[in-house]
Amino acid sequence: MKVVSRRGHNPRRIHVLAFAALMTLLSGLGGCGGGSQAPDFVFLVGAEPETIDPATVSGQPGGRVDRNIFEGLAFNDPTDLHATPGMARSWDVSADGLVYTFHLRDAVWSDGTPVTAADFVYAWKRVLEPATASKYANMLYPIAGAEAYNRGDLTDPAGLGFRAEDDHTLVVTLHSPCPYFLQLCCFYTLLPVPRHVVEAYGDAWIKPEHIVSNGPFVLKEWILSRHVLLAKNPRYWDAEHVALNLVEGLTGDNINANFNLYMSGVLDWADASAVPLFVVPELRERPDFHVAPYFNTYFYRFNVTRPPFDDVRVRKAFYLAMDPSDITEYVLRGGQVPAHSLVPPGLPGYHEAHLPGRNVEEARRLLAEAGYPGGKGFPHVELFFNTSESHKQIAEVIQQQWKNALGVQVELVNQEWKVFLATTEAVDYWISRGSWIGDYLDPNTFLDMWQSTNGNNRTGFADPGYDALVDRAARTLDPAKRMDLLHQAEDWVLNKEMIILPVYTYVVQNLYDERDFTGLTPNLLNLINLKSVVPLRGHRGRPRNTDLRPEAAAARTPAAPGSG
Amino acid sequence: MITFLVRRLLSTIPLLLVILFASFVFMRSAPGGPFDAERALPPQIEANLEAKYHLDEPVEKQFLRYLDGLLHGDLGPSLKYQARSVNEIIGQALPVSLVLGATALAFALLVGIPAGVVGALHHNRTEDYLTMSVSLLGICVPNFVLGPILIIVFSFAVGWFPAGGWGSWNQLILPALTLGAIRAAYIARLSRAGMLEVIHQDFIRTARAKGLRERIVIGKHALRVAILPVITYLGPATASVLVGSVVVERIFSIPGLGSFFVNSALNRDYTMAMGTVLLYSGLLIFLNLMVDVLYAVLDPRVELA
Repeated sequence: MKVVSRRGHNPRRIHVLAFAALMTLLSGLGGCGGGSQAPDFVFLVGAEPETIDPATVSGQPGGRVDRNIFEGLAFNDPTDLHATPGMARSWDVSADGLVYTFHLRDAVWSDGTPVTAADFVYAWKRVLEPATASKYANMLYPIAGAEAYNRGDLTDPAGLGFRAEDDHTLVVTLHSPCPYFLQLCCFYTLLPVPRHVVEAYGDAWIKPEHIVSNGPFVLKEWILSRHVLLAKNPRYWDAEHVALNLVEGLTGDNINANFNLYMSGVLDWADASAVPLFVVPELRERPDFHVAPYFNTYFYRFNVTRPPFDDVRVRKAFYLAMDPSDITEYVLRGGQVPAHSLVPPGLPGYHEAHLPGRNVEEARRLLAEAGYPGGKGFPHVELFFNTSESHKQIAEVIQQQWKNALGVQVELVNQEWKVFLATTEAVDYWISRGSWIGDYLDPNTFLDMWQSTNGNNRTGFADPGYDALVDRAARTLDPAKRMDLLHQAEDWVLNKEMIILPVYTYVVQNLYDERDFTGLTPNLLNLINLKSVVPLRGHRGRPRNTDLRPEAAAARTPAAPGSG
Repeated sequence: MITFLVRRLLSTIPLLLVILFASFVFMRSAPGGPFDAERALPPQIEANLEAKYHLDEPVEKQFLRYLDGLLHGDLGPSLKYQARSVNEIIGQALPVSLVLGATALAFALLVGIPAGVVGALHHNRTEDYLTMSVSLLGICVPNFVLGPILIIVFSFAVGWFPAGGWGSWNQLILPALTLGAIRAAYIARLSRAGMLEVIHQDFIRTARAKGLRERIVIGKHALRVAILPVITYLGPATASVLVGSVVVERIFSIPGLGSFFVNSALNRDYTMAMGTVLLYSGLLIFLNLMVDVLYAVLDPRVELA
């Protein structure tokens, strides 16, 4: 008798199901690189890059990849960031500072096609096309016709101030002198793109299977939210000086997970996005924690159009009553410096403005003069910041300092990031948190933002005199004179008008072991130049010391390089 | 059965439309937009971007455009990850979440059901107290606590498993344990309760009276009915394992869909948010349907009509 149950098990079906499940499992795990080569160097890219198309990249993660797979006319020297000849072997600048002539070297794309001046013309025009919608197109605005073309006012590309005189000569005409133009030439928006590949594949040209680049590395693999794999480009003009053969860049924006990956020896290099606030005191004892100056300032904006902060005396009182060293010493503890200027110190050739230190007496006097003696009658005001544990802690400390020194109560309001941005863009606040990292190594990047038409102003401050001063600085050719004008501009927004209140200067906080690699010395923009990274003998043979206790750090004996 | 399935599936279409419409309205009414950043865009560039993604059109037209794309299986481009379409992101991230979720659920079932059965069969004895205490602990410890503890013990102290990342089987163990622990605990409690109820019923007494071996009585007759509450729980549990994996994905730096689900809303990545909402609500509806079907398969008393 054979009874087939309706609910009976069909062994074959189960096998099929099990097989399907196994396949899903394997596809989800992805190529786990069983037979593939291990990378020589693993670094933290940061958050998943939004794109790596140089025309549309607008953040550090994408920039970190692009600066290593493409090379512009020049690139930033990894130590002092000066513009070093890249695709251009040399350049001439006309006496009036308006015409730059770049002489290109013999270089090829990774598929063997020559890199020509026409590639730059194509790439830059592409950035400026309105349809490309490049977020950083304004990096090209110093060039004649660029802004009008990007706005759509100029439709004839012949009006653009750059042309290829021949394959090796690129002539660029600016509409007015731009002393930091060579710094812009190092920026990722100005990188060349391979016309033949972009036109063949459209938006998909940046996929690993299509992309062709001209830098020290080529993109071999790009897996969403996991990693990019960069392989040495054997056709790069200076390939003999590239020591790394395969580099893995991990993408991840969870600071604790990143820290775990560094401490468990997966990452060889990571920046502050792998440094949780709470481990900083322990990390500072370690030799593989590197703190260095950063071109990045944390500040508060005042809404200068809304009482009581429309009165400069109130703004000054708020500054003088504050003591940022409490924040750097007790909240952040990572080597950050209390800020007395907006432009971070350390910029060659520039003398930054200087604000006086804390002065509670003077602060009280100014507040009384403004009509609020001892904080009496001071209206309801709020300090806005985007939701984050450290912004909250900083705001609480400053709130307390204001209360103690001035007798004023400032309410704290945290907002989700995009809501916060909408609030500040509409200048619908009293005080709001801000921070700024320089795009290029020049004080202008911190100062033109306070011009009345600049979208980053967001304070309501509008002064034709200030606008004219910054414009005048841009037109000034003599470097010393120009820096002096910029210094006056900085002094204007700080000592004269106090439209913002600098809190602290960020520092680079990088994790790497210098016994394993050279060429990782931090620079002011925290750029990582993989071309200059050289692994030392026996690198990565040594397990990371994961004991974070201070006594463990003290007991540690440094091993000789290469002893792994 | 077939008519039941067809009817249920058809009824999901208006439901999904309502969900889509509601999430479209909510997304668009949230302050801020996809292109807002600390660094302001020149107005012209912002306008260029909006034109590129048709965000300058009237909203009703945008919604219709979205529905039209959907009919062609196109969820649109991601507004944040400009290089990728929503289809592509889901295609890459969903399998990761599915693997993690399936492993976690398998772990939960393999641990939870036997633990519950053992507890029920040794009712009010040491085994019972032990399994129930452990499961209570499992329910009480949230995954954002359990995950780091597992990392400290298994990655840093004994070094058996990596602290994070994705791509090999040993990177799957700790996150699956973290994600599955609370479900294993629930399943243990549910199957214990179910088993306790069943073993005192007449048909079990009959089975025993027939002289069946205890293993068959429990394993074949009792268990099938006893795990019905577990099945009910599995529908929402599967959905929550997939959606709720966001915390675990972040702790272990896993490239799953959970982070995209949350971040797309935070980033005002309209298309990405709509795509994930659609996917997750579809999953939830489908899994609930599957629970109903399984009921009919497992319990002869249930009939689908």
